[in-house]
Amino acid sequence: MRAMMRKPRFHPCGDFRQRYQEELTIFETDFGRVWLVIGLVALFVVIPLVCKAYWLYIINLIGIAAIAAIGLNILIGFTGQISLGHGAFFGVGAYSAAILASSCGFPFYLSVLSAGVITAFVGMVFGIPSLRLKHLYLTIATLAGQFIIEYLLVHWTGLTKGPEGIILGRATLFGISLSKDRSFFYVVFICFVIMSWIAANLLRTRFGRAFIAIRDNDRAAEGMGIPIFQYKLLAFAISSFYAGIAGGLWAHYIASISPEPFTLFLSVQYIAMIIIGGLGSIPGAVFGALFITILNEVLSGATQYFMNLGGLSKVALTIAPLREFVFGLAIVLFIMLRPKGLADLWRIVRSSFRLWPFSY
Amino acid sequence: MQFFIQLLIQGLSIGFLYAIAALGFVMIFKSSSVLNFAHGQLLAMGAFLFLVFAGWAGLPIPIAFLATLLGSFVLGFIIERLFLRPLIGEALVEVIMMTIGLAYMFRGLLLFIFGGNLFNYPDFLPKNLSIQWGAVSVPPVYAATFIIGIIFLLLFGFFFKYSSQGIYMRSVADNQTAALSLGVHVRRVFALSWAIASVVCAMSGIILGIINGINVHQLGDVGLKVFPVVILGGLESIGGAIIGGVIIGLVETFTGGYVSTSLREVVPYVLLVLILLLKPYGLFGLKEIERV
Repeated sequence: MRAMMRKPRFHPCGDFRQRYQEELTIFETDFGRVWLVIGLVALFVVIPLVCKAYWLYIINLIGIAAIAAIGLNILIGFTGQISLGHGAFFGVGAYSAAILASSCGFPFYLSVLSAGVITAFVGMVFGIPSLRLKHLYLTIATLAGQFIIEYLLVHWTGLTKGPEGIILGRATLFGISLSKDRSFFYVVFICFVIMSWIAANLLRTRFGRAFIAIRDNDRAAEGMGIPIFQYKLLAFAISSFYAGIAGGLWAHYIASISPEPFTLFLSVQYIAMIIIGGLGSIPGAVFGALFITILNEVLSGATQYFMNLGGLSKVALTIAPLREFVFGLAIVLFIMLRPKGLADLWRIVRSSFRLWPFSY
Repeated sequence: MQFFIQLLIQGLSIGFLYAIAALGFVMIFKSSSVLNFAHGQLLAMGAFLFLVFAGWAGLPIPIAFLATLLGSFVLGFIIERLFLRPLIGEALVEVIMMTIGLAYMFRGLLLFIFGGNLFNYPDFLPKNLSIQWGAVSVPPVYAATFIIGIIFLLLFGFFFKYSSQGIYMRSVADNQTAALSLGVHVRRVFALSWAIASVVCAMSGIILGIINGINVHQLGDVGLKVFPVVILGGLESIGGAIIGGVIIGLVETFTGGYVSTSLREVVPYVLLVLILLLKPYGLFGLKEIERV
């Protein structure tokens, strides 16, 4: 009871931390908790009521992308292992969920969870080269993994039905149909909240500290007694688990999947998300997912708009390649101008509010 | 047997192309340790420049060729100066993403200007280049590929061996700090190596264009094929890139010929994973010794 009634914490006038645990707290002040509650209420009550179906569709895509991006950020941002195969892992998750749900009759939640587990194993297989490789070499190995998985998705027709793809029945959860954007919204974002809660807490544990030690200097980490190969594999597994869950949700949401979306471009998009959002930051992954998904929608929306203008459909065809150009430009500009990403921008905005009116 | 020899020749010439394409890649990596994901787009840039000069502007072929080389020299220089120099000393993932971002920018630009169609150069190769050897015939394009490739390999060999800039570049590749302390202008070497690599890319882009026609997507895919080649040969080794290119070309063609055509595209990457697991630094790569 006393713990409940403890004095509310506000912003201290300096750094008065005395114990390591205080360094580890997620919320430095009680304002953070209040804002989190406000944010959750806004997310789960206001957004589904206010938004139209199309907006909910985009928000759902953002939520799914954010789950996968958080996973990738654990691998790249915290463990320092660059993977160019995240899009393929996402695809593995989508296909596992689709196959389990359509052929084996798994219920929705079980198919998504098993998709996560299966993808975690696949991710571990492709993480094995990290036993001997690092940096560039590992990146190239994951690139090869991307192409191999892509190939299997198209050509292993017995399992994946090849280019024609798989059509899923409408998902139901506890008897409630998830065919509406709104009902799926709750599923996606409950998953999102749980997954980001797990990620935030994972990084405060032994595992998270080991990941960061490996990122900062793997040899030194090994010297301090961290079994780096096991931890690298674990990071691959966790990151692929996130990708698998996201992929499974995506498969059930889109309801028909084919191998086309899971290309190198998707992997690049995920890395772009965490670069633009901010490496090694969970809010960063979310911001990045928001940015890239909206950028995609705006660019394809612009093409559609010109398409529908009738006389200008030629213009639309010529500007379609500019989508790639803008996407590349966004990455280049972010790396050059704001290398720490949107999360850093967010931190600056927040601290300027906090320090107002006496900011230095 | 004839089929075998035909495949052998095809594989050798494709491998040779991969080798030439990988050359520019290795050059950039050796001097500035940047893993260039925009490599395929650099190839495409060169190929399209040549198309503009030779096909559309109607310049005579030798002048168009020189203009293309000059243009890509400037392009490589600009890329290094604008995009990669600010990133010296930054994290690996940022450098990789920068080249990926550049790749998409170039791709978008090329698609915007030229579209995704297949283009062909005006026919300028002399017909008498084709080699008839028993039942096997080598078409003129492949013969020209061999000749141009060997000429440029020799030129680059001499450049690295004897010219002062080439020696500077090798010294920077060998040990950046030592080269710096001995008065080598390291930044100029970086810029120069990008410029030269871009010239090499343009050359291989032109050769690829002569053989297969020019298409943004196709050339981009070749840029990714470079990875198995350089990994097999060792990332730092130019000789390794050539041998790796030939091996990958042969493996690819023989898989395509004898096993299945769809497997052809993925076999280099399977090989890549195997090499990485068995011999991580390639056939001729340097094994790094690290200190904490």
